[in-house]
Amino acid sequence: MTPEKKIIDRVALDKLYESLKAAGNKMFAPVFRNEQTDFEYNPNASEISYNHIQTTQSVKNTVFPKIENLFRFESSQKGVDLLNIDFTKVPRVVVWNAHPCDAAAFSALDSVFNWDFKDEIYNSRREKLAVIGMSCIKADENCFCTSVDLNPGSVKGSDILLTPLANGTYLAEILTEQGKAIADANASLFTASNGENKEEVLAKVEKQFDHSKVTENLANGFENPFWHEFSLRCIGCGACAYVCPICTCFDIQDESKAGNGRRLRCWDSCGFGLFTLHTSGHNPREIQSQRWRQRVMHKFSYQPDRNEFIGCVGCGRCSRACPVDMNILEQLVALEKLEVAK
Amino acid sequence: MEQFEPKLVAFVCNWCTYAGADLTGTSRIKYATNVRIIRFPCTGRIDFMLISKAFANGADGVIVSGCHPNDCHYTSGNFHARRRWMSFNAMLTFMGIDPDRIIFSWVSAAEGAKWADVVNQSVEQIRKLGPFTEYQKLVQSGIEEENFNG
Amino acid sequence: MDNLRQKAKELLESKTVNLVIGYENGTNGKARAVFITDPEKTGKLIYDERCKQNLAVYLNKHEVKHYGKIAIVAPLMVMRSILVLVSECQVKKENIVALGIGEDGSLLDFPSLEVVEKYVAKIPLGNPQSDQEILDKLNAMTMEQRRAFWQNELERCFKCYACRAACPMCYCLRCTVECNQPQWISAPAHPLGNLEWHMLRTMHLTGRCVSCGDCGRACPLNIPIHLLTMQQAEEAFHMFGVRAGTSMKAESALSTYKPDDKENFIL
Ligand code: SF4
Ligand code: SF4
Ligand code: SF4
Ligand code: SF4
Repeated sequence: MTPEKKIIDRVALDKLYESLKAAGNKMFAPVFRNEQTDFEYNPNASEISYNHIQTTQSVKNTVFPKIENLFRFESSQKGVDLLNIDFTKVPRVVVWNAHPCDAAAFSALDSVFNWDFKDEIYNSRREKLAVIGMSCIKADENCFCTSVDLNPGSVKGSDILLTPLANGTYLAEILTEQGKAIADANASLFTASNGENKEEVLAKVEKQFDHSKVTENLANGFENPFWHEFSLRCIGCGACAYVCPICTCFDIQDESKAGNGRRLRCWDSCGFGLFTLHTSGHNPREIQSQRWRQRVMHKFSYQPDRNEFIGCVGCGRCSRACPVDMNILEQLVALEKLEVAK
Repeated sequence: MEQFEPKLVAFVCNWCTYAGADLTGTSRIKYATNVRIIRFPCTGRIDFMLISKAFANGADGVIVSGCHPNDCHYTSGNFHARRRWMSFNAMLTFMGIDPDRIIFSWVSAAEGAKWADVVNQSVEQIRKLGPFTEYQKLVQSGIEEENFNG
Repeated sequence: MDNLRQKAKELLESKTVNLVIGYENGTNGKARAVFITDPEKTGKLIYDERCKQNLAVYLNKHEVKHYGKIAIVAPLMVMRSILVLVSECQVKKENIVALGIGEDGSLLDFPSLEVVEKYVAKIPLGNPQSDQEILDKLNAMTMEQRRAFWQNELERCFKCYACRAACPMCYCLRCTVECNQPQWISAPAHPLGNLEWHMLRTMHLTGRCVSCGDCGRACPLNIPIHLLTMQQAEEAFHMFGVRAGTSMKAESALSTYKPDDKENFIL
């Protein structure tokens, strides 16, 4: 559909939030709590943070929760019964106030979960998701959306993208049918736009590297000493992967009591030593440099090659979360300049 | 109202308390039937994780019992166990989990009557505390589908 | 700082060590770990109040062990961690040169780890004051309040295990939480799994934690899990009279015992 532009003021914005909540949507919005800003389900409108740069965690929780019950099983004399979860009962979720990097991440997740196998559970959540994005007027040293084909005002992935204007009102770009349905249902909260220019309020994020050059270097950089040198510091925790909007490694866990139980999908990380450990005891990624390489390769080489997207939206969360300052931007800049034998 | 009958699990060592509990039986001493006894080679083998497993599986209380100090069949298993329990108790207290849910005792092979007392006393204690719902709630919570899928 | 750089340079030049682990300036004003093999690069080394990471975590790392003899910049917590790791046979004492850093930030001369033991013995040990103050507050609460506090904190945990990865003493190649035959700890990050995981981590560090605080600093969700192990460090000291990381021979509080250990709850 052709995008429409409207204006909504701050008071009406809270009303829109309440109205979506009242309509039975589960709202996923950022809140400042425990000394950090992070998304939560159904906070009060007054609790929502609008002045943070980035939330600790991403929005992937809405479609790929940290634990997902795939099915249940019950055993009896006769055998084992599998009980499907009724995913038609998945609630409608509205992601509220997600930055453009986060909104854009959904399209990468869509490709991952529909690449060969169509993940029904993911898709049933995704179908019931609406995204109200919020352009960034602030950024920090860890942000690099502009280096991965996005920008602080990109519309990709949002149903409605809001941009806070200098006069305290918000420009609302209504981008999809779903966005239009939301706007139409709350038409009284919006006013007409008057050619406001969002570009001038957007955060300035300098482009730091050319991602296609990184991808090219990676193709020839598998054995490069870079990996050892740049990852000795990495302690192999999963912090970077867990906060990343695109990291989708998972692990399957069965939990049962007396033969009855459930099968769960839980987040995992390719940075963990046991991630690739075979039953035989052989581990193809035995040391941390190989695992760190996998993380970067996956995002900037394998995914661009195979799925035609970059596995990173430049949100900078991994750099902020890393306890040992493995700054991904620093590494990507170095990788762009890497001397590789062709 | 019907009296609450707590479920208790007892982790006991083979050499002293298990034999002691046997003696309780052969001496025909009656005691509360709320306890399921699980036999271990030694208190030194009774890991705190077994205790948390018991709670996760619905126990309202746990008894841990073995040989008196200096009587351990393996010389020092119970001494090691004692330090572990002291630490475990301290940790539970700090985390706000009532350590009164766990009863530790030394019961020798000759103390059939003491075993009956320990069990009776423990059952009373747990009965007063009521079902361990805080813990059992944890087992149920945290997975979203459980909520919308009944 | 110059002394530190000079000393590191000498050690590398004389081939006394093959690697120096220290701190350098990282990105965005942070300090971070650096690994130096080239004596000409020792100028990168820094030491200031931003240098909080417990570098001893790297001593057990496969790739680092590969270097053989290693010098490591060692403020008190690193010294203590080294002593724990030697006592637990995780590193060989002849492979470690401690570039000791005194309370005032000056370079200490440690010809051997025995000298480190003597140095540590003279220093009053305990939790950092700011953490101890929070512990005191928590200890003054009612049981119910503490339960609510920890439930609120631990529920958030998503089990990235950064707390484990950051701790020098959490070196097991296969942590109990990853053992699934049988499954000891419930692995998913639901409230029960989280509680079990943190009980496990706390118990396995009781008597071994050197109160460096790195587990808490590592947590991306700001969960103050360092308070659990720090509390236990104090408890172990009060109950058993020992502190972790004071000697290369001592066994940790829970791997030893005294016949007259005093408790007041065993029937
Ligand atoms: S790799 Fe890092 S910067 Fe890129 S999307 Fe993931 S968390 Fe964000
Ligand atoms: S890069 Fe940082 S956050 Fe990621 S595994 Fe390594 S130490 Fe952990
Ligand atoms: S670092 Fe934090 S989130 Fe990660 S496992 Fe530890 S407590 Fe949980
Ligand atoms: S404070 Fe945390 S990281 Fe440091 S030694 Fe103790 S448990 Fe390990």
